[in-house]
This record gives sequence, C-alpha cells and structure tokens, in this order.
Amino acid sequence: MKKMSIGGVIIAMKYVDEFRDPELIRRTSEEIHRLVDPDCHYRFMEVCGGHTFSIFRFGLQNLLPANIELVHGPGCPVCVLPVGRMDDGLSIARQPDVIFTAFGDVMRVPGSQGTPLELRARGTDIRMIYSPLDALKIAMDHPERQVVLFAIGFETTAPSTALTLMRARELNVPNFYVFSNHVMILPAIRTILDSPDMRIDGFIGPGHVSTVIGVHPYELVTEHYGKPVVISGFEPLDLLQSILMLVKQMKEGRAQVENQYSRVVPWEGNIPALEVMNEVFEVRPFFEWRGLGVISQSALKLRPEFARWDAEVRFQVKGVRVTDPKAAQCGEVLKGVLKPHQCKWFGKECTPEHPIGALMVSSEGACAAYYHHVHLRQAIGE
Amino acid sequence: MCLAIPGQIVELLDGDHHYAMVDVSGVRRKINIGLLKNEGTRLGDWVLLHVGFAMSKISEEQAVEQLRLLSMLGESDEAIEEIMGYQFDEEKKT
Repeated sequence: MKKMSIGGVIIAMKYVDEFRDPELIRRTSEEIHRLVDPDCHYRFMEVCGGHTFSIFRFGLQNLLPANIELVHGPGCPVCVLPVGRMDDGLSIARQPDVIFTAFGDVMRVPGSQGTPLELRARGTDIRMIYSPLDALKIAMDHPERQVVLFAIGFETTAPSTALTLMRARELNVPNFYVFSNHVMILPAIRTILDSPDMRIDGFIGPGHVSTVIGVHPYELVTEHYGKPVVISGFEPLDLLQSILMLVKQMKEGRAQVENQYSRVVPWEGNIPALEVMNEVFEVRPFFEWRGLGVISQSALKLRPEFARWDAEVRFQVKGVRVTDPKAAQCGEVLKGVLKPHQCKWFGKECTPEHPIGALMVSSEGACAAYYHHVHLRQAIGE
Repeated sequence: MCLAIPGQIVELLDGDHHYAMVDVSGVRRKINIGLLKNEGTRLGDWVLLHVGFAMSKISEEQAVEQLRLLSMLGESDEAIEEIMGYQFDEEKKT
C-alpha cells in the first residue's frame, strides 16, 4: 500500500493511483491541509446520497485533515421516506386488480408488514421497474388492471415522472396511476439549518439535482443563513476540490454558491425539466420526512388537472403515521447528529441483509455505505 | 439510483421526437430525450441517463470518465442491468 506524507501525517492511499489525475489529488489534499485552521472544527454536509457513497467507497476522509468532519445528509430518497408512507403505498398494492410497480431500492424498504419483496412472495402483484415509462408500458399492456407507479426521488427524478404522466395523457391511458412521493432538496436543507442541535459550516451541493434546479436556488443558504455551498461532481477529485473551495470561502469570510461541477450543471438548470415539473406537480402544504419530521412546502403532488392519474384520488390512502422503532436511531443519523455506528442496532439487529431502517437498505444510505466501508477496510487489513 | 449512466445517441427515431436509441457499453436501448428539447439532440451526442431519460448532454471525455467512475465504484454491472431493464420500447398506441 502506498503511503503519503502530509504535514508529517502518514496517510494510507490505497486508491489514489487509480483516480484520474492522482498528482492533482495529492496537491488538492495538501492544499486543504495547508489552509485549515488547526483550532477550528469544520462540519461539512454532503447533501446527496451519491456523494456519501463515493466518499465512503474511496475513503476520502483519509485524505482530509482530522478536523474536517463530513456529515451525511438527507439526499437519499428512500431513506427519508417515513414508514407510514410505505404502508400507504403497500395498501394500494393489495387492492384487487392492482399491479404495483417500484424501483429496485424501494423493493427492500420495510413497511410495517414487510418489504414489497416479501409482499410479492406472499402473492401481491408487485413488479420492479427501472423507469417510470416501464410502468406506463405495463398499464398499456394490461388494460384490465390498475397499474400504480410508486414515484419517488428528488428533483432529479420528478421530471421523468412528470413526462411519463404527460405521455399517459397524450396516449390517453386510463388505467395508469402515480403515487407521488417526490420531495425537494432545499426545504430539507432549510430544516437542517433551522434545527437547534445541528451545526453545519458548509454544504457540498448535490450534482444531479442541480442539473435540474440549477445554481441559484442555493442562494437561500448563502444569503439567508450565511453558509457556503459548493455544487460538486462525484469523482474523488471533484469532492476534494469542492471541500477545498468550502475551506477557502470560510478562510476568506465568504458565503457564496460556487459550481465545481459546471461541466454538467448549468447555472439556470434544465428549463424543460422545470417546466414539465411545474405543469404536472404542485407543492404539498406539508409532508412527513423520516428523521426530519413534517416539513412545509417540501414535497410534490399531482395538480388537479392530472387527478385522473393520481393514485391518492383513485384509491383510499389513509395517510397513516407510524413511528420508527424506538431503539433505531435513523432520525439522528439522518440529521448527522449521530454517526451510523453510534446507533445501538448498527451491524447487529440492522444489517444490509436484514435492514430495519432504510438507511441500511439503499447503497446511498449512510448506514449501508458505512457498513460496507468498515467491512472493506477490515478485509484489506487496515 | 443517483449516479447517472453515460450513453451515446446512435439513432434518432423518425416520427417519434420523444425518443432515441442509445448505446451504453454495447447495450442498445430506447430512451426518452424530451428533457433535452431546448438543446436538441444529434446523432453521436453523449448524454447522462437517469431512469430512462436523458438528463444532460456531456462531452465524450466526460462520458469516458463517468464510465470509469461507475466501474471504480463497483456500479458498472448495476448500470448495465438498469439499461437492459428498460422495458418501455415498442410502446403500443391506444
């Protein structure tokens, strides 16, 4: 294993030579070490689950000074979905004549009476799909059945659901329904900033969400809360550069939105995507998030013009609220108050094979990422 | 789910401006290009894919880097599985 010396600290560098531009990575890491104030403790939140995954997989924490702490944010759609909402969805799935469709990572999320996979094994018609358009196709192939799409995701995925609904209208498909669980990233960031038990010094902004919403919505964070935001790509060098940009802003007393990922993220976002979202969806007055509680104006529902395709209009949806098991501390982990391994159930009752909370289900969830990372490190003898 | 998959547009479907054929590491699938209508889509363009939709145009170099990133993250198989999983081709008009 290669070793690298920064300011007298020997750091294990298993992956650096595989990365793009390893020399630049070394220099960026050195620059971060040089610029940090040793008397400061920096808490940066990576909002996006894809970033969490990348940070753990590459062990990027090893390239950072000990006083930079990365806090894992709420940007994993299945992780922030409350159990009650899963139960609502699965109660639709159990209705006669329904074919219920969901993405792969939803299939393993536990509801009160089991996961969609377990329900399927007991005879409920639940099908895994890779695109919302797959669900529309199933509806067209089965006109005698009611086909429900369990729609989930941040602004990255919401435009795809919106275009699928517009396609359903264009093709006049009467038996296709959407159960919308789409949420928005800014209200979640706002809630974290308003939370009294949280102190975050800056944000690593999500990459793909920002290709849709663009750069300027984050001005809320810089102008209203005075915290810097750097929108980042997913490669090791991207993330290190973004952290360096955050450190520089703090050193210079700035709080601005900067775009490290400008090769993919345009300033204005994706205008057609924003237009179709706006045509199909309206903002819900409030929506419950796991770990963060009820957040006003934080989620999307279908507009009345699309009521014909709205599963919440077509089916009886109770709006059940189910509290998480008391011993599971998903909420604290989601808010970054606890590290995954500090939860009492981590790696014991709750593992990726037998997840209790969604954070252990999705590869983008902090607990699953942390679990795999710890095991990987043990396997290579660190 | 969050990491986008790079692909190259290999066929624009005449008479259906919503869709194009894309090639991802040798796998060809029909995808939706409606979100790129402002920029327009040309044969040979590289795009980032998410749940069956082209989200943004990228350069060839970025596409190669994105594939390499997916492979380093151990996500290449999952990405190909997703592309092969798209089942909405041969949409029947009702």
